[in-house]
Amino acid sequence: MSDWLGPQEWQAVALSIKVSLWATILSLPFGVLVAYALARGQFRGKQLLNGLVHLPLILPPVVTGYLLLLTFGRRGAIGGWLEETFGLVLAFRWTGAVLAAAIMAFPLMVRAIRLAIEAVDPKLEQAAATLGAPRIWVFATITLPLILPGLITGAVLAFAKAMGEFGATITFVSNIPGQTQTLPSAIYTFLQVPGGEASALRLVAVSVAIAMVALLASELLARRAARRGQERGRVE
Amino acid sequence: MSLVVDITHPFGAFTLNVAFQAPGGITALFGRSGTGKTTVINAVAGVLRPAQGRITLSGEVLFDARAGIALPLHKRRLGYVFQDGRLFPHMNVRRNLVYGMRFAPGDAAGPGLDDVCDLLGIGGLQARYPGTLSGGEKQRVAIGRALLSHPRMLLMDEPLAALDSARKEEILPYLERLRDHTNMPILYVSHSMSEVARLATSVVILEDGQVVRSGPAEQVLSDPDMVRQIGLREAGAIVSATLKKHHDDGLSEFSISGGQLLLPRAQLEPGAVTRVRILAKDVMIALDRPRDVSALNILPCEILTLRGGDGPGMIVQMACGRDRLLARITRRSADALALAPGGKVHAVIKSVSIARADVGHL
Repeated sequence: MSDWLGPQEWQAVALSIKVSLWATILSLPFGVLVAYALARGQFRGKQLLNGLVHLPLILPPVVTGYLLLLTFGRRGAIGGWLEETFGLVLAFRWTGAVLAAAIMAFPLMVRAIRLAIEAVDPKLEQAAATLGAPRIWVFATITLPLILPGLITGAVLAFAKAMGEFGATITFVSNIPGQTQTLPSAIYTFLQVPGGEASALRLVAVSVAIAMVALLASELLARRAARRGQERGRVE
Repeated sequence: MSLVVDITHPFGAFTLNVAFQAPGGITALFGRSGTGKTTVINAVAGVLRPAQGRITLSGEVLFDARAGIALPLHKRRLGYVFQDGRLFPHMNVRRNLVYGMRFAPGDAAGPGLDDVCDLLGIGGLQARYPGTLSGGEKQRVAIGRALLSHPRMLLMDEPLAALDSARKEEILPYLERLRDHTNMPILYVSHSMSEVARLATSVVILEDGQVVRSGPAEQVLSDPDMVRQIGLREAGAIVSATLKKHHDDGLSEFSISGGQLLLPRAQLEPGAVTRVRILAKDVMIALDRPRDVSALNILPCEILTLRGGDGPGMIVQMACGRDRLLARITRRSADALALAPGGKVHAVIKSVSIARADVGHL
């Protein structure tokens, strides 16, 4: 495949996969936490949290990217602190692309997980509590295994969204080949230069292939997880 | 080990205002649907927080509205058996059973996995998943799971209500064994008088959110004033009976404090002590000992009270040895026989009118 793809194209594909994987993995715990709070929590500001989570879905991606630049840029409130404390720079780095992708994919992930949590009968969690299990244990042994199919769906959706993220990423971390040029940015760049259509098309093919594989894999995993529960329900 | 409940909570059209004690054994909370039974048991479990009141178990405060104490669900150590079982669908029976064991404090005494499996007859189900179990098996596993968390008390909310009568019959003996062979106190919510009569050692009768009567089961069930709450067809006394021997013609002979009872063959060994429920509608009253009558059980009694209602019937409470019996007869018969408190009569009971389900197993 590296023969078929040029070095710049290959870099873009590899970077996109790396960024999307990290974005998915890092946001998953937060996604579960927020989804749980939204599904089960009763607290003031629940609607505010819900709105905040969904904001990237509705805002123009450029706006989200610019807001990220303002807060997580080297002179931004959080960005400056991160650099001072951890030496972590996000703006114009691949790490920033991870953040942008994660933020943009977050609403989809939370939605899928939230639906799965809402489908879990709270009476089961209550039953576990009457047996002496503290809340965190109930979550780990009852809720989490039961929402596994939803968790997988959420993760795959987030991964796919991260792979396709363009607007926020290019605004926040720009389009530096080898550093922040993800697959969509690369396609965009190739389309801007004469004779770049062939490269663009190859990347388009790669995008389609990755998307299909991700979808199939999630379908398979989710079905297996669901079947494990159901089989136990039917067959002896 | 005694549970003391005194709570007030808004409940639908009325206010739940309930105070009672559960001394040990099986305490049945009996009442029609919508009288607040489940609210009470949920308050004890910690699922629901009453508006006011206090709940203590052996002196330890589980809930005290005034002091602002409400022990969280998982710290109360009360095994709750729900009507719908609530087994964890993604775990096999064994993992369901042992789920609560790790949370029991080290010094908590209680049965082990093998004991519980023996007691409930579920040893062979351990590898199976809840979805493959019958309703009766599920409920037995749910009881076992609650027992293995080594609770201080079991709470059962209509555990048999979702089962058909054959499945009920399958579980009742296990509950009787639980009552007779462990000293686990049980709070048992039910609207079925036949279950209460079989199981309860104490009864608390609820009506519209209030306790109308509570006390030892034999006393409450033979109280003519409770007939309305219990229901005319369901009203009846329970008597303690010792199995003497099985007869060749399919009958079993029991002795009770006031005489003997011949009943359809019971699944018991001679010498076993059990309880027999005698419905008021199945008892006839005769002044003289009847002769040449098909009914096999004729017990000499003394009339204690007569209670009439709006209808044509009356309830007669009688003493038979140390036991109490109830008879439901017409006002016309009572007048014709000139029945009055203190009168010596005979209670006549057909053997076949006592169903197998009315006789305890152990």
